[in-house]
Amino acid sequence: MEVLTPRSLAEALALKAERPDAVPIGGGTDVMVELNFDRARPDALLNLNEVGELKGWSREDGRVRLGAALTYADAMRPPLCDLLPALAEASRTVGSPQIRNRGTIGGNLGTASPAGDALPPLLVEGAEVEVASVRGSRRLPLSEFLLGPKRNALAADELVAAAVVTPSGQPQTFMKVGTRNAMVIAVCSLALVADRERGELRAAYGSAGPVPALVSAPLADREAFAERVAAAARPIDDLRGTAAYRRHALRVLTERALERCLA
Amino acid sequence: MRIALVVNREPHEADVWEGESLLFALRERLGLPGSKNACEQGECGSCSVLLDGRLVCACLVLAVQADGHEVITVEGLGDGDQLHRVQEAFLEAGAVQCGFCTPGLVVATVDLLERVPQPSDDEIREALAGNLCRCTGYAKIFDAVRLAAGIQP
Repeated sequence: MEVLTPRSLAEALALKAERPDAVPIGGGTDVMVELNFDRARPDALLNLNEVGELKGWSREDGRVRLGAALTYADAMRPPLCDLLPALAEASRTVGSPQIRNRGTIGGNLGTASPAGDALPPLLVEGAEVEVASVRGSRRLPLSEFLLGPKRNALAADELVAAAVVTPSGQPQTFMKVGTRNAMVIAVCSLALVADRERGELRAAYGSAGPVPALVSAPLADREAFAERVAAAARPIDDLRGTAAYRRHALRVLTERALERCLA
Repeated sequence: MRIALVVNREPHEADVWEGESLLFALRERLGLPGSKNACEQGECGSCSVLLDGRLVCACLVLAVQADGHEVITVEGLGDGDQLHRVQEAFLEAGAVQCGFCTPGLVVATVDLLERVPQPSDDEIREALAGNLCRCTGYAKIFDAVRLAAGIQP
């Protein structure tokens, strides 16, 4: 095994082009488990910890650009938590302080788990994913980036550079069902925005389908919205819960989220 | 490959296998067995250390990622024979049963009190949520955290 440690984004992209098999590693909260348990032995790891351009976040023309190496702990701090409150709430439910100090938004995108906690809040805010390679960079809607369980639209030579969001500034929340508050993979989760400006309700569920997905409706359809979210989900039975339970929980979470956001 | 890092304020070098964790490097290459090896998936917190001042699970950091960085382990909290006040508080409160989780909980508590000198019970609960005590000695652990923070019961 080889560890490649680029010191700039340009160097990282050149290495990824040269070694498309190199597995990117940032906070390590997913990749290290695979290594520690002998489940993966990649020929090369691409250590992104020294790439300054991926860290932190910035504002650009009313938009917020979240670097791929932005940690959950970063997303919980002001002023970012006030710009993207549902993402901050979701971040607070991730693992433990130790995990939140290391785990990154870029990692959540790259892993593309149906249970990725950052994904529903980003979906309801219409996030785009910025991916980069030596060929240039492109932005695509998060809903098009997520292709299936642990599958995304990255080409072999591409890396996740950022998530780009235009904060709606509208009431929003995130909720998650699990066996305890900390250290759980969501049985199911829900982010919701009550967007009075656009007259629209937007919800996105996690852990209730092959990918976290968006459901929207006119604000006037509030009464039917919980049912609509539950019906749109495509949950399965697995070790964390049954499909029927997940659908029921989504109905309850949507109702509670609506109460919270429309109060 | 060879890595160079500062552990407990002293420069160290270690020859590591590219795929190994910082935890393995600390325990097996640098002779610092204070950080405990249990779940190896970030669930139990018994390997908690400070990496560049931030609380992390050493099992989820690639040893190579610590190259050029600074690590504080439980061994580096005290001053010579003088225990850290959090360690003293754990002793005093009897917050130790089998002791396996203690180093991780001590490091996590030091991190908490650094950020929040007078934590509420909810803040203690959230800060220590990533550290499991399988003896379930949480009540005494809470006592120890409050004692270290100088919070009157």
